[in-house]
Amino acid sequence: MRYAETGYNLEIDLSRGNIERVETDPRLTELHLGGLGTNAKILWDRVPPEIEPFSPDNLLIFSTGLLCGTPAPGANRTIVSSFSPQTQLMAYSMMGGFFAPELKYAGYDKVIIRGRSPKLVYLWINNDKVEIRDASHLQGKGALETAELIRQELKEPKAQVAAIGLAGEHKVYFASIEHMMRSASRLGLGAVMGDKGLKAIAVRGTKDINVARPEEFIGLCNEILKYIEWRREKPIKGVPPILATLGSPQEMAVKDENWHTTSFSWGNARQRRPDFWKPEIEKRWEEVQDKSVERLISCYNCPMRCGGIIRHPELDRYMMKCYSKLTYIMAAMADDLAFGFKIVGRAQEYGVDGFTTPQVMAFAVELYEAGILTDQDMPGFPSNNEERFFYLLEKIVRREGIGDVLANGVYWAARQIGKGAEAYDHNTTKRHEQMVIKLGMLNPLYYLMYGTGEKLNITQIEGQIPQAPLPEDVREEFVRDWIQVPRANEKEFKEFILKWEPRGEYAFPFYPPIDVICKLVEWQETMHYIDDVTGVCAGLSSFPIKPPYHINNYPHIISAATGLDIDEAELWKIAKRNRNLVRVNNIRRGLKRKDERPPEDHWKKRFPEYEAKLQDEYYKFKGWNSEGVPTKETLNQLGLDYVGEDLERRGIL
Amino acid sequence: MLAKIWNGEGFYKMEKKKKKVKVIKIDVEKCNGCRACEVICSAFHANPKYSSNNPGRSRIRVHFDPLRNIYVPVLASHYTPAECAGRNTYILDQVEHDECSFCGASCPSRELFKEPDSSLPLKCDMCEDDPPQEKPLCVQWCIDDALTYEEREEEVEEEVKLDEMEIGLESLVERYGLQKVIDTVVRMSKKS
Ligand code: SF4
Ligand code: SF4
Ligand code: SF4
Repeated sequence: MRYAETGYNLEIDLSRGNIERVETDPRLTELHLGGLGTNAKILWDRVPPEIEPFSPDNLLIFSTGLLCGTPAPGANRTIVSSFSPQTQLMAYSMMGGFFAPELKYAGYDKVIIRGRSPKLVYLWINNDKVEIRDASHLQGKGALETAELIRQELKEPKAQVAAIGLAGEHKVYFASIEHMMRSASRLGLGAVMGDKGLKAIAVRGTKDINVARPEEFIGLCNEILKYIEWRREKPIKGVPPILATLGSPQEMAVKDENWHTTSFSWGNARQRRPDFWKPEIEKRWEEVQDKSVERLISCYNCPMRCGGIIRHPELDRYMMKCYSKLTYIMAAMADDLAFGFKIVGRAQEYGVDGFTTPQVMAFAVELYEAGILTDQDMPGFPSNNEERFFYLLEKIVRREGIGDVLANGVYWAARQIGKGAEAYDHNTTKRHEQMVIKLGMLNPLYYLMYGTGEKLNITQIEGQIPQAPLPEDVREEFVRDWIQVPRANEKEFKEFILKWEPRGEYAFPFYPPIDVICKLVEWQETMHYIDDVTGVCAGLSSFPIKPPYHINNYPHIISAATGLDIDEAELWKIAKRNRNLVRVNNIRRGLKRKDERPPEDHWKKRFPEYEAKLQDEYYKFKGWNSEGVPTKETLNQLGLDYVGEDLERRGIL
Repeated sequence: MLAKIWNGEGFYKMEKKKKKVKVIKIDVEKCNGCRACEVICSAFHANPKYSSNNPGRSRIRVHFDPLRNIYVPVLASHYTPAECAGRNTYILDQVEHDECSFCGASCPSRELFKEPDSSLPLKCDMCEDDPPQEKPLCVQWCIDDALTYEEREEEVEEEVKLDEMEIGLESLVERYGLQKVIDTVVRMSKKS
């Protein structure tokens, strides 16, 4: 019997209309565990670099995590992987909600989609019965609307649906795949789905998921729940309220937006507004939020309530979570929270990334104001900021007029527009829009994370440690019960927290020593790579400070669920294997050292020599050569000899 | 507590008995739709315990319609071979709930509360266990307190009308002790 996983994938060929249920090799579970790990392996094996993202031969993989469908709290992520039309690199984006557990209960670990359907279709997976169904009547429909219509048409109110909106159908490079309040939104996976002619996947499952050592496993799950309850009473001291708790940032519950609105930049990621959070704003925003958020809601088997049901007078109800509440407001320089609730509702139905989209629109507004884009490019462009954003949204999702250019994201649009527009593309790394920070002193940890992170989305790389030095009076208490720290690094990480200061000898950029920086970065990133295989939400594990899942309990949880005996060293090795496999997928597609640079204006105070040294040392620490390519030795140690051989044949190694 | 009361017809013995009433309170306002209750209920009832889970086998299901802000956890109650003759709908807080939304029956009109493979009816057993659980599992896993548990002890007065022979025996018991009376009766029955 297979434990935690089902042991089967669904292979769908949309060109031929072929459906196959394929048993998987248990050895691959031992090597990669599942989720992102096995996705990266499949992409490496089956999608060589010659295959374009918009090619029928590109694969789009919807994977469950290894623990999804088991009682492990918060194990509900769907890991969607493919190659991105925007970055031309491997794209992996994840969504919470209910989709992955349902897929497991239907009897599958992954749905692997290839080919391209001649007409718009959707996939209906009902336990053993799988059909490709006509979706022509769903063309142009919103993502949430599509889900509703499918559930009605199938008479299956319990079916879980992931769908694209208009943006995905039009292959907008930052189109998302939407599922209730959750979405796999980064890097244009919705566009790949649209290219395949796949409007949605609906799934319903009523089978069992087994675990290997039940009593032990449920005991560990109970401990996780107890810890979550305990942490509710014990928010982290000395950090902003939004970072003090577990979960995705609690944007639907927390109303104090002082930190986000004053620390991050507005408009086209340029301007900070340190005085924004005034009492009048606070009062007004509180009122709007109280009126708009009807109920706090959770993902499958998680008590965190990161989402909200949103009521806006001009829209149907919809669901929201996290930071998109603010991204449009800040990019549009609009001071009205109600605008945020309205535009996100629209944007979600169209299915666009709530992070990239506002940045693209702010970039367009700046170009217009600079005279690079004119009324000819944008006929009838309104004068009011909020209306401008609605105008641009409509154009982009339809690829209409200037929207056709902007739909390719800031990097490509800047080059297509020319006339100096490139200078306005100042916040991308590897062709992807980054977090809108513009700060003073170089942060060496973030320098490495922004540069070398394969996921390109900082919230999916960072975590575990406070983002700024803690006030002195809470440091001792912080390190005292820090059970999450890897035992091997306990001493140096605790010392770092105790000594770290905003200024002086123990401040960034030259503190902590480079070897500690490398270890801290690796720890943060590794926790994400572990979540990416288990399907546990980053909000309970890799993202917040002092999470319930950590490197010291994860090996037991995974072992009890699967029956594999995995200790900390082995888990670390698996994460490393997967991380390198993602990297070589990108290396093979042309990723170079020179691409691994955070946006130039992220920090004002820069240290080119020190930065080069950081990068050198980190590459070495990772077992990569000076170009950032994993060495043969590293690959062989991880059992990835076949990768080394391929890179050699291609003259990369 | 025993008392003998004569009410003009005969002796009555009034007995105050304690009965445990188990109550799961459902606060629909607090439900966040996480379905942890479904997960743990099905895991608890797996054989061996916790060896598998499958919300399709759960004895609690969350009736769930986010676009209308409806979240109603329902516990499986009884099996019925025939569906209701009529239906009713409730309007609460201006939201109209579907027919059967609040009903816990395992009924032929729907798939709810039936084992997915055999279609046998499912019924909440309050997590009967040996040793007993402190609280039902769904309540334990609902840490946002949409489900809370109460045990009420209700004193029910049970009236037992004593018949003549009982009254006679009772007086013998009072005089000689219960064991002696039993021994005598056993000896007598062996003799005959
Ligand atoms: S922590 Fe929040 S985002 Fe993560 S699974 Fe729980 S409810 Fe969903
Ligand atoms: S566990 Fe509680 S909050 Fe979650 S769905 Fe069940 S009743 Fe609702
Ligand atoms: S009390 Fe026990 S049997 Fe009843 S619904 Fe809750 S978990 Fe299931």
